[in-house]
Amino acid sequence: MLKIDNLHASVEDKNILQGINLEVKAGEVHAIMGPNGSGKSTLASVIAGKEEYEVTEGHIEFDGENINELAAEERAHKGVFLSFQYPVEIPGVSVTNFMKTAINETRKAKGLEDMPAKDMLKLIREKSELLEIDRKFLSRSLNEGFSGGEKKRNEIFQMAMLEPKLAILDETDSGLDIDALRIVANGVNKLKNKDNAVIVITHYQRLLDYIVPDFVHVLYNGKIVKSGTKELAHELEEKGYDWIKEEVNA
Amino acid sequence: MSNKYTEDDLREELKTKEYEYGFYTDIKSDTFPNGLNEDIVRAISKKKEEPQWMTDWRLEAFRVWKEMVEPEWANVRYEKPNFQGISYYSAPNSKPKYDSLDEVDPELLATFKKLGISLDEQKKLAGVAMDVVVDSVSVATTFKKTLGEKGIIFMSISEAIKEHPELVKKYLGTVVPQKDNFYAALNSAVFSDGSFCYIPKGVKCPMELSTYFRINQAGTGQFERTLVIADEGSYVSYLEGCTAPSRDENQLHAAVVELIALDDAEIKYSTVQNWYPGNAEGIGGVYNFVTKRGLCEKNAKISWTQVETGSAVTWKYPSCVLKGDHSVGEFYSIAVTNNYQQADTGTKMIHLGKNTKSTIISKGISAGKSQNSYRGLVQINSRAENARNFSQCDSLLMGNECGAHTFPYIEAKNKSAKIEHEATTSKIGEDQIFYCNQRGIDTEKAIALIVNGFSKEVLNKLPMEFAVEAQKLLEISLEGSVG
Repeated sequence: MLKIDNLHASVEDKNILQGINLEVKAGEVHAIMGPNGSGKSTLASVIAGKEEYEVTEGHIEFDGENINELAAEERAHKGVFLSFQYPVEIPGVSVTNFMKTAINETRKAKGLEDMPAKDMLKLIREKSELLEIDRKFLSRSLNEGFSGGEKKRNEIFQMAMLEPKLAILDETDSGLDIDALRIVANGVNKLKNKDNAVIVITHYQRLLDYIVPDFVHVLYNGKIVKSGTKELAHELEEKGYDWIKEEVNA
Repeated sequence: MSNKYTEDDLREELKTKEYEYGFYTDIKSDTFPNGLNEDIVRAISKKKEEPQWMTDWRLEAFRVWKEMVEPEWANVRYEKPNFQGISYYSAPNSKPKYDSLDEVDPELLATFKKLGISLDEQKKLAGVAMDVVVDSVSVATTFKKTLGEKGIIFMSISEAIKEHPELVKKYLGTVVPQKDNFYAALNSAVFSDGSFCYIPKGVKCPMELSTYFRINQAGTGQFERTLVIADEGSYVSYLEGCTAPSRDENQLHAAVVELIALDDAEIKYSTVQNWYPGNAEGIGGVYNFVTKRGLCEKNAKISWTQVETGSAVTWKYPSCVLKGDHSVGEFYSIAVTNNYQQADTGTKMIHLGKNTKSTIISKGISAGKSQNSYRGLVQINSRAENARNFSQCDSLLMGNECGAHTFPYIEAKNKSAKIEHEATTSKIGEDQIFYCNQRGIDTEKAIALIVNGFSKEVLNKLPMEFAVEAQKLLEISLEGSVG
């Protein structure tokens, strides 16, 4: 589904990604871990197509198509979803209105009519139950005055609504207490199936107890320096990243 | 108007009498020659078959105007109109009044459709009566019957001058006097047409009253005059919307709107303004210099709601004079400027009575190379015990080349006054745009979404069908404002 080949990317002339290779197949869950500043969030943004990042080398393939030149919204239309580490506030725009716009814009891009209001309501009801979201929450301005947990739960709610092929969860666990973490993780697991894939970016093993990865990659200085199975995550939790840094620098 | 008959007056009159006939034989077309002098003022009045008192009133205004200079305090730069290069009267070729749409010139209807204002649709919209002003003369008035049954008078001001002279005479110029300011004086002298509305005591107007204005003929300045009187305990919601087709030359628009809310009455006045703003290079566009003011008697309430997206230059301050005790004034505004547009808009809340209350919510959106200024005055008179005001001015910037300015003036002469002022300035961030993009919403749509969210508090104050139209307008106005 996703194939990243020798990806180099920079922002404001600073090279951040320095040759990433990664392949994610349908039905798989990949975890990307690594110390602060290793390029995890940059990788997420580059896959999603954030304009500020310049791809200087290599390419990203999605469903067999090179998407390097596609705008962020076009990638979204193809089924790439990013759950943001710091979701932005949009005052005056309700969660419902935002979701309605996102869904209908995506449908428009595919040449479909707007989703009928009745179907939209049904979808909202279904997905908000899945994530144990209070209906009142949906009428609030997007992320405005939301707690950390509410913001993250809202991200996963949007993922549920948009049903992407590839979901990248950028530190979805940060700012969540254990109950919220369980709800969010359960939501992701329920949405998971053989046709979609998830990339989980995290610092901690904790989230991976709930969303169990098939593969774990360690990102350091803009490169994937180690890959393994979920045991690698346990090892990192125990020993920290220093031994990896030593291995790389040796 | 003056009861002294001076030698000057005599000379003036002689001069006119001699000229009058010659002048009229010259005017076969419905557009007057360019320029402004007393003869033109008289000619306008005569063309409209006005009574002498109205002609005198206009002439009085003209004489005051001649002595006035154009104000320069607003934060706008433009080439001053050549007042002698404008024709002050123009009417559509066929101008009989119609009772139904079927009788209206199909070409006119087609134009309205192009502008997105289908009369057919509008008529179907529940409870909207329309007084359509095309190039200064009313061509269609609807729902007159229903209104008539309630004793509501809704007609063009020209008709009102003939049919209800006692009301017009009593109230015209009482809120905005002829000498109020340069443009009000000009309007008083040459106003072409406009709307008149009277709601009798205790009557709640059963429908939204609306007027569509439009500039049609090149080089014709529009000088609309609106007078709304809500008698004791009555209520009316009045909608005013403007659209103008594209054109190259500058057009002057200097309207005057006067609202009078007598004891316990309420007037809600909503405007969507979309005059031609000029092209992307800042060429052309309408100059919009408007004086709007309302007077509140005891317990009365006036609400101004405006969505300003058009005009090259806007100079507009819908105001409330809170004369009666316990009266309430409100001002809700969205002003959008793009490309080279300039807007200097806001309100004046003049608190004269006790326990008077005012609210100001102003949302300015600037894009391109435009300049958007809020200018507001809150004045608490010495006798206005316990007056309260709340003002909130928010500015939203798009890009690095536009400007937002806030000029709040506060004059409190009574110690019991409570005045609050809040102001924010924000910029549409790249992060907000990317967030929307990532959800499949392209940049243009993202901006519309963010702008609509920003404007929501004001959009919510508009009647439903107007809110939808206003929302569309905001989107259209900001099209292409992000590279």
